[in-house]
Amino acid sequence: MIQHIVLYPILIQVFIAILLLFCWSRVHWQKVISVVGSFLSLGIAIILFITTWNEGTLTVQAGGWDAPFGISFVSDTFAATLILLTAISGLAVSVFSVGTILPARLKFGYLPIFHFLLLGLNGAFLTGDIFNLYVWFEVIIISSFVLITIGGEKAQLEGALKYFTLNIFASMIFLTAVAVLYGITGSLNMADLSIKVAAIENRGLVEVSAVLFLIGFGIKSALFPLYFWLPASYHTPPPAVSAIFGGLLTKVGVYAIIRVFTLIFVGDVFLENIILTLAGFTLVSGALGALVQNNIVKIFSYLIICHIGYMILGLGLVSELAIAGAVFYLIHDIIVKTNLFMVSGLIYRIKGTFSMRDLGGLYAKYPLLSLLMAIPFFSLVGIPPLSGFWPKLALITESFKMSNYWLIAAVLFATFITFYLIAKIWSEVFWKEGKVLPKLYNFRYFDKLKLEKKVQIVAPIIFLAFVSLFIGFGAEYIQQLALRVANELTNNQHYVQSVLGEQMIAN
Amino acid sequence: MEFILAILIGIFYASGLYMMLRRSLVKLIIGLILIGNGANLLIFLLGRITKGLPPIIPGESPVFLKAYADPIPQALILTAIVISFGLQSFAIVLVKRAYSVVKTDDLDQMNSTDQFS
Repeated sequence: MIQHIVLYPILIQVFIAILLLFCWSRVHWQKVISVVGSFLSLGIAIILFITTWNEGTLTVQAGGWDAPFGISFVSDTFAATLILLTAISGLAVSVFSVGTILPARLKFGYLPIFHFLLLGLNGAFLTGDIFNLYVWFEVIIISSFVLITIGGEKAQLEGALKYFTLNIFASMIFLTAVAVLYGITGSLNMADLSIKVAAIENRGLVEVSAVLFLIGFGIKSALFPLYFWLPASYHTPPPAVSAIFGGLLTKVGVYAIIRVFTLIFVGDVFLENIILTLAGFTLVSGALGALVQNNIVKIFSYLIICHIGYMILGLGLVSELAIAGAVFYLIHDIIVKTNLFMVSGLIYRIKGTFSMRDLGGLYAKYPLLSLLMAIPFFSLVGIPPLSGFWPKLALITESFKMSNYWLIAAVLFATFITFYLIAKIWSEVFWKEGKVLPKLYNFRYFDKLKLEKKVQIVAPIIFLAFVSLFIGFGAEYIQQLALRVANELTNNQHYVQSVLGEQMIAN
Repeated sequence: MEFILAILIGIFYASGLYMMLRRSLVKLIIGLILIGNGANLLIFLLGRITKGLPPIIPGESPVFLKAYADPIPQALILTAIVISFGLQSFAIVLVKRAYSVVKTDDLDQMNSTDQFS
């Protein structure tokens, strides 16, 4: 049965995590298992992606219970793409963690929890059941709570409290939304919901449920009025943790919003206007927040918020090309944001600080490394032909077609501020003359590290830089992929048929 | 019965939100627990309350003979209770740890991560 391959990305992560639990105190073995396991899971993700690309949407009914009664796992092109991106980022961060996370943290189960987090992400992308999605979200947040607090520094605990409260609150709202949706339709399967919600006469109740979903996922993905937990917490854990959080955790919220609002709540003008407004405000306020910061990780945190706006904007514009733009941006953003936080980790390793005022002189000391770090920076801005340019082009074109000039202004403003910030970081951190900083006690600077450690820190950055170069120069392939995803998302009968089978729809 | 439960759920959500907005750490946790319980009861209520009709097929019949209580909401609540139990125990430990490190339980004092550096 070729279909069973849908479950493998989930199963491999369970397997790795359990294996790591058995090696609790043997940190060296944990490192080896984590990296080898991440390579395996990348292989599986590639096979799943190719199979999904060739065969169309794959579906597995867990336990053999037919949809809509059992839990379905569905791999359409969107899910398979995100599984692939998770595996790529997961591999990079796994190697980076091995190189940078202190042994004290590794001894308290950092790596097993990291793989449980990837398990939750893979599950959330593949599931076709709304309550199961809730459960995967809980797997994700409980692992992320451990990752953000492990080490127990003062800043970490304070950041974790805010992160924790808002994420649990978001889950409660998500659960409330599921309850309302179950109350009005009596179903949990997303494909089945897609049919049943469309048939409901009382649109007011449907809108209540939809807005609850938007708030729940909006907190998780850091939309405009709901994002204040993110800049308060993302700079507190070690850079490897920030990398996986910044790259993937907010994006799983975006994935859920896109999935729910293209499959279940479709064609509601009221909701589309809300989404567009939120997107515009997210773009502007995220950019303004980043403008005043001095800590480079905080700048990146605000830029995460700002760039969430692009993806939500593409969803709000509804047209196929706009959704393709959003998906393209999602693909580009996962890779670049993961890489940015790893770059900030490398800068910290070299200089021992995140403060832009104190940093400087990196280009004079490490010209090649600086050029490497320039790739994610300039991909983020989207200087053509690097990867951030193409999706913005699609989004602006579509906004013009809708004659929505405020949105174009917001997109251009956010892009301009991003460009300004990257230029500022480049001149402050790389070109400015370096200060002599007081030596940190008990801190291993980059040039004192062994070659093996240096490779573990730099190799993942090179790897992701190559991936984002490929996204930029091979934009034609990525655009084909994004268009196919957008086509599947806008014509959701295909997804529904694949899950329920032909005869269920006839009834 | 539905009416009373609806009022109760409203009280749970309202008091939970009120407690979350207080400045004390412990009240924050209590607020989260109350909202969680409200959500669980909401699933129970919205799954339609049917009294005394368990979803059991009689031995001699191949199908259900009469209306039956929907078992799915109960399964959902059970899952949600277990999950929130785990999260709440983590929350209590986190709060205790944060209290012993930061030396205050006033949320307004815990703002060092929001300040410019």
